Amino acid sequence: MDPKIRVTNFNFFYGKFQALRNVNIQIPANEITAVIGPSGCGKSTFVRSFNRMNDLIASVSMNGQIFLDDENILELNPVLLRKKIGMVFQRPNPFPKSIFENVAYGPRAHGIKNKTELESIVEKSLVDAFLWDEVKDDLNKSGLALSGGQQQRLCIARALAVKPDLILMDEPASALDPIATMKIEELLQDLKIKYTILIVTHNMQQAARASDFTAFFSMHEDRSGYLVEFGETQKIFTNPSNKITEDYITGRFG
Amino acid sequence: MARKLFARKVQNIQDEVLLLGSMVEEAVTKSVVTLKNRDFNLAKQIYHDDILLNDKRYAIENAILIVIATQQPMARDLRQLASMLDVITELERMGDYAKGIAKVTIKLQNLDIKLPINEIEMMAELAVGMLHKALTAFIEGDSQTAAQIPYEDDAVDKLYESIYHKSVELMMSDPENIDHSNLIMWVGHNLERLADRVTNICERTVFISTGELMELEIDEEDEDLETE
Repeated sequence: MDPKIRVTNFNFFYGKFQALRNVNIQIPANEITAVIGPSGCGKSTFVRSFNRMNDLIASVSMNGQIFLDDENILELNPVLLRKKIGMVFQRPNPFPKSIFENVAYGPRAHGIKNKTELESIVEKSLVDAFLWDEVKDDLNKSGLALSGGQQQRLCIARALAVKPDLILMDEPASALDPIATMKIEELLQDLKIKYTILIVTHNMQQAARASDFTAFFSMHEDRSGYLVEFGETQKIFTNPSNKITEDYITGRFG
Repeated sequence: MARKLFARKVQNIQDEVLLLGSMVEEAVTKSVVTLKNRDFNLAKQIYHDDILLNDKRYAIENAILIVIATQQPMARDLRQLASMLDVITELERMGDYAKGIAKVTIKLQNLDIKLPINEIEMMAELAVGMLHKALTAFIEGDSQTAAQIPYEDDAVDKLYESIYHKSVELMMSDPENIDHSNLIMWVGHNLERLADRVTNICERTVFISTGELMELEIDEEDEDLETE
């Protein structure tokens, strides 16, 4: 297994409250890793630490290491970091701009001005996000005019446009209907050829269906989150090593 | 513990599996009684009642598929339900063995011959006892007991050998005996196979608790004796 991300002894605090305790994990490259666990176990906090989204919250502190390849994420310039790490959220959140401008936004912000080059990036990103065929004749239409599922794929295209190394997805399909959900899940299978994907989901069937590896988080008595078990999804959902994991995936707690 | 609805549905299925098991036990025991008492009418009844076992098996299979489809069981729950699908198939086949023995009774109806009935009765008693214990262990999730039950199969195999040799002796003493001796051998064979299938149930019990599919007992003599 070739790790894309190595997390060692990672602790995360909101003020005095410890949200994550001593997390150690290696996220494999070019695989889809699902992060599951009961509400409040810190899985979103964990994933958001990777692109330093939590920096925006006052009173946050953390220690330990998160390496993306050979670089310590916690020491990188956030702007450069976020070029390497794309993020897709629960609710599709396109900019109130045209489809084209939504996708071109990132590359433009990173200094690409050449129109042909931008057009090429936009097309490629939309193709990779399985959206091109549906929007290629309407690139000037507002991103907000698309359906929910299309908007989410637009957000994925927007994330792909800056050629990230890693894509973080926080409940990317929970606001979508089953068909749109299935499209996203199938899209993930194609994206993993080029990208490493980390997906937070409450939907365990989705984690079981769509991921290669699964990380299960739970909470200590003081409500601090910790990693219970990490392993191949097949194993986690058929015969997990840990009793707590078994109780969670069989619906007996959480 | 959460998932009360799921637990209740699984409990109901388990009860049905046990019921199917006791129907099979009764059919096997009675089939041997028909042979001993030459009870032609009871044999006919067992022969026809096999359809009740088959129906019960399909009803349970259907209930299991519905629970899998609607409750999305994982891990141990999934192994348990998948194993129950397997166990009811084993039970249904065991029912076929009882039917086969009843058929022998019917075929031997007007023949005055000596049967190795003691051996047959003992075989049936041992095999049914194994089945009963195996089903109890299966329902209780007792993998340790389940892992021991297959060793009892040796006694069943010895009795089968005895029946086999007696039948061969009968054939050799008079070729007139070949037909019905063959039928008697078939009775022994059915009971021997029944005990073998008990091992399969025990393997499922171990699988549910460990997640590992493995053979519990490998009988080297099987390779020489196996005639099916």
